[in-house]
Amino acid sequence: MQYIPNILFLVALILGVGYFTRNIRKVIRNIKLGQEVDSSDHKGQRWNNVVRIALGQSKMVVRPIAGFLHFIVYVGFIIINIEVLEIIIDGLFGTHRIFSSMGSLYGFLIGSFEILAVLVFVSVIVFWIRRNVQRLKRFMSPEMKGWPKNDGNFILYFEMVLMTLFLVMNATDVPFQDMNSGNVVSKHIAGWFNGTSEGTLHMIERIAWWLHFLGILIFLNYLYFSKHLHIILAFPNVYHGSVKPKGQFKNLESVTNEVKLMMDPNADPFAAPPEGAETPAKFGASDVMDLSRVQLLNAYTCTECGRCTSECPANQTGKKLSPRKIMMDTRDRLQEVSANIDKNGSFEPDGKQLLDDYITREELWACTTCNACVQACPVSIDPLSIIMDMRQYLVMEQSAAPSELNVTMTNIENNAAPWPFNQMDRANWINES
Amino acid sequence: MAEFMAQGKNPEVLFWVGCAGSFDDRAKKITKAFARLLNNAGVEFAVLGTEEGCTGDPAKRAGNEFLFQMQAMMNIQVLNGYEIKKIVTTCPHCFNTIKNEYPELGGTYEVMHHTQFLKSLLKEGRLTVEGGKFKGKRITFHDPCYLGRANNEYEAPRELLQKLEVELIEMKRCKTRGLCCGAGGAQMFKEPEKGDKDINVERTEEALETKPEIIAAGCPFCNTMMTDGVKSKEKEDSIEVMDVAEMIANAKDL
Repeated sequence: MQYIPNILFLVALILGVGYFTRNIRKVIRNIKLGQEVDSSDHKGQRWNNVVRIALGQSKMVVRPIAGFLHFIVYVGFIIINIEVLEIIIDGLFGTHRIFSSMGSLYGFLIGSFEILAVLVFVSVIVFWIRRNVQRLKRFMSPEMKGWPKNDGNFILYFEMVLMTLFLVMNATDVPFQDMNSGNVVSKHIAGWFNGTSEGTLHMIERIAWWLHFLGILIFLNYLYFSKHLHIILAFPNVYHGSVKPKGQFKNLESVTNEVKLMMDPNADPFAAPPEGAETPAKFGASDVMDLSRVQLLNAYTCTECGRCTSECPANQTGKKLSPRKIMMDTRDRLQEVSANIDKNGSFEPDGKQLLDDYITREELWACTTCNACVQACPVSIDPLSIIMDMRQYLVMEQSAAPSELNVTMTNIENNAAPWPFNQMDRANWINES
Repeated sequence: MAEFMAQGKNPEVLFWVGCAGSFDDRAKKITKAFARLLNNAGVEFAVLGTEEGCTGDPAKRAGNEFLFQMQAMMNIQVLNGYEIKKIVTTCPHCFNTIKNEYPELGGTYEVMHHTQFLKSLLKEGRLTVEGGKFKGKRITFHDPCYLGRANNEYEAPRELLQKLEVELIEMKRCKTRGLCCGAGGAQMFKEPEKGDKDINVERTEEALETKPEIIAAGCPFCNTMMTDGVKSKEKEDSIEVMDVAEMIANAKDL
């Protein structure tokens, strides 16, 4: 009988970690629906980016208030994981505060966790106020209505509850309070329980401990359904992010081959494609499978902070385009495809696609390719590349460019300038004074 | 360039004029100002003239990769044919495309934006820049996206302006967070999507907040957009939009 708590703990742990693993495998499967990308170059720079941008949060602090508060929550999250390790060992083996044998070091650790827990709690409250009372513009965009708004708040509530449970668990732990080392915050909370019998205290402590542990497992499994996956994916996402100048857009290799063939005077215009040649690739993207794996990873990583949208010149002047919505749409469509695969074993065409059913042409054509969104993203997401791929599909597969752009392109083709000027007049300025 | 080739000479640098610089009346003034500065500094330069064609930037950003690569390949053939090593251009879009997107297609050159090139001439002592008529004037600089964020060059134009001894006042959104003028991504050639405001008006309003006498630019398209913005605010009599090269040429009475 005495092993029942240990067994229950083990079962909860296996269920929690198991279901999470299952969903993470699904994320990996879904990302692999995208086109392969080679990120094996510039290893040094990529690791440097991970250290600077992901670990060091260098782009978060561009906005100092949010950056500072986020840093507290981030450090809290990382450090408090040591406590989680203790909880797991205690839970599995029926020990109590196994690390307390470390003596004063333990006191120092728990003391710093307690301080962090309070700081995290305060930061999270400020975050909640920014979203719900101050109502910062970037949290009020049309794409933030409904689930995205609730999702943001749920995460904050989760964190408040987990931090509270952690402090209550420490405050009601009589042996820990008797040790009087590291209880910097909880000793004040312990005062609130004066007069409570030791038995009741123990029960409260056990309940808080269990809820804290189960809360962590629930939160872990909530990640997959929420925007909060960034706490894991930010790191690989930054690693795979672009290491080229932002102005460098990729050259389509399939087009290069065609153009080379076209310009080769020795090419046989009537030649049949060689036996076994691959069918020509589709130009651009109309659905998530046409996007690259990095772009799909981007979509799962996006935590909908909206810094991209708030820097976007089109969005700031009232156009429909919102780079954040591009990322959210990509993820929503990918999840729809994922559910389709779960149901049918492999993807069955559902008559829908990312273009038009999620992202409208009006949004795509409003982009000035200014890279403000790419610059703003704290975790190296590139919404612009998706916009460009979808424009390529519109122009090269559907010939569906806005008519003024068709005129521009005809001009470039005929007289090598976007305007209808004669190529022979190009050097006229030399002789004009 | 053909003349240089015929004489068996190689110019120090090829001046890539670009479509705006060749055809747009306003941008032609920038072209001429920059050419005068090159002459003044004793730089032996060539232009491709009628052999130059659109780099393909607007086509690529509009999604027409085919047209872009056609233009790129034709330009690369010409440039490689003349054995060009170093290119300078007054257009950040041409600069970005030739510098970043041509190498993979077989065209690798040292490419400089004209503000970078002028800075290097200054450093070598071949060009002198003095304040003169711009000394103490309130000036704000609008960062071109394709020079700034796209290629991380924020300082070259500012250093030149400092040399003009102007009072440089930054807009609220500048450098990495500079607001686009609204012309990039082929927007120059189409009407904007429906919204509350045109981007160039938004940017001009921000520039006007600094109460400038001159809005300095480093891109012919930004120049057009900001000029239009100033006109829409009916400030064209009191505020000028000028390219950094024009200001330097002007200060030297060239």
